[in-house]
Amino acid sequence: MTEKQLEQQSEELARAAVGAPGSTRRTLGRRVRSTVSAYGFMAPAIVLVLMFFVVPGILLLILSFTNLASVNFGDPWNFIGFANFERLFTDRFFPKILRNTVFYVFTTLILFNLGLALVLALVTTSIPRRSGFFFRLVWLLPRLTPSVVYILMWRRIGQAEPFGIYNQLMPEFLGASGGNLFLGGSPWAFVILTNGFIGASFGMIIFTSALLSIPEDLLTAAKVDGASAWRIIRDIKLPLIKWPLLFIATYQTLSLLTSFEYILLLTQGGPGLFTTEVWALTAYKRAFATYAGNSQWAFGATWAVVLVAVALLFAILYVKLFKFKELIEEPRIDNL
Amino acid sequence: MGRRIAYGFLILSVTPILVGYSWLVIATFSFRTEGLLPRNAEGGIGGFTLSNWSFVTDAAIWNAMLNSFLIAVTMVIGVGVASTAGGYALSRFKFAGRKAFLTGTLVLHAFKAEMLLIAIFFVLRWLGGIPVIGSFIGFNSVGGVALVMIALELPLGIWLMKGFFDNLPWDMERAALIDGASRFRVWWQIMLPQVRPGLAALSLFTFIAGWNAYLVPFTFTIGTKVANMPVFLSQLISDTAPTNWNLVAAVGMFQMIPLIIFFIFTQELLLNIYAGGSKGT
Repeated sequence: MTEKQLEQQSEELARAAVGAPGSTRRTLGRRVRSTVSAYGFMAPAIVLVLMFFVVPGILLLILSFTNLASVNFGDPWNFIGFANFERLFTDRFFPKILRNTVFYVFTTLILFNLGLALVLALVTTSIPRRSGFFFRLVWLLPRLTPSVVYILMWRRIGQAEPFGIYNQLMPEFLGASGGNLFLGGSPWAFVILTNGFIGASFGMIIFTSALLSIPEDLLTAAKVDGASAWRIIRDIKLPLIKWPLLFIATYQTLSLLTSFEYILLLTQGGPGLFTTEVWALTAYKRAFATYAGNSQWAFGATWAVVLVAVALLFAILYVKLFKFKELIEEPRIDNL
Repeated sequence: MGRRIAYGFLILSVTPILVGYSWLVIATFSFRTEGLLPRNAEGGIGGFTLSNWSFVTDAAIWNAMLNSFLIAVTMVIGVGVASTAGGYALSRFKFAGRKAFLTGTLVLHAFKAEMLLIAIFFVLRWLGGIPVIGSFIGFNSVGGVALVMIALELPLGIWLMKGFFDNLPWDMERAALIDGASRFRVWWQIMLPQVRPGLAALSLFTFIAGWNAYLVPFTFTIGTKVANMPVFLSQLISDTAPTNWNLVAAVGMFQMIPLIIFFIFTQELLLNIYAGGSKGT
């Protein structure tokens, strides 16, 4: 008998002992009452999820087949078939936006959200506990800082002479050109740095707790056998944190794909035409920034719908991959 | 040797963060700054001033502060109630739709809701049309912003609280139910006190998310009346008029006061909650 079956049996025994009808003797009336109170508890959550996830999701899809914009807002919705999608894929800047998105997501992911995060976790767990904790805490700061204030700091770092900090502190061969760096010399570097400095801390925290849970004697044994630090990392630590690595990789790919707040605040997709504009930002700008006084909600929704489809695929893949199914198993206890 | 490299690397890695904050602090108390150096009117080093802080007598900033606070507190209450109630039901009841809801919120937790903002705009406009309460929860209202933000945090909150309830033993609850207590009473009087630490962590996380919120309030409010602190701050950084960076720095610093307090007193907790499945890039 497995442990679970044993538990179940003792549960039923306990129920019988107190004279309570267990799952084996459930009456219809009880079940109805239990369902009613369950939905009572669930009501606020269900209403909110319907109102702000389900309905908007459906609405977004419907919108993408209309030509709704602020110029014809009062009129009834006019369905125009796949015209928006056709416009999207034939857009002159479509290839550029797609390239930008792929470049931004994978560069930030590999350099910071995975790469730097892993290095930080390895390094901060190899020095005394207090020091490691201190550095991880400093790395948490950007995540705690309001996005507007955070970007404000980076804008001052990349500002033109004489105000910019980078231009003041760094020599010319390291890219200090004297001009504005995020709207001039190296906008991509700044976009990736600003996002990467936020993104790295999440992976760092997750990897750290995974690394700290590796049994100490495993590492000691390897050291006794004369393994170098590099071999310990490659052959023991990395294989043991394989799942957290995969988790962060998928989770952060999705995050990076759909987030645009920091780019909006830093460059607004510029400088110039679509230089640092990514897919998610395009969707947002088409719908909410006005072009000649016109917000193209439907066209923005079209960009968003494509991204939502991709994001949903990713989210489902990620739920499947990490076997979250075990988490949704039936509760052992529901009613008396 | 190895240790020296480790510290060298770590110090180098946090330099941009420390430089950014140093500028913020220096600029707050300076006439103007060039790089990290404070400058006075004549261009020499110096120029210490408190004039950047004169905004504290400005009514507009207190209005923004109040809006920020209202959004954050409404979120703490809303996310707290919906997550503890929902989490309890999902942990303890068997009901039709339970699996669907759990899988759904799990997918939504990974899914980034920023993509839905365009459609949420129409939901908020519709909510705004409801008589009497419409003006409190519709487009361009503090309540509307808070509602959207509550919904965005909900998948995380529900899963977090469900986890806490799952870990509680069933004995006390069962005893109370046998004695004839209602489910609601059991939840309120027996279960909630036991998940207080979890609820505290969730509340802290939600408060920070609400206090820092920029994208949702920026998208769903117009003008200064309903602007919260981050939106107010972004309005100070204008592309058309010259920006007073030192004033902006002081306002930014002002906005960070509660965060600095949290940062100093709840370090361990913060590192833990941000590992507990934060949404973040």
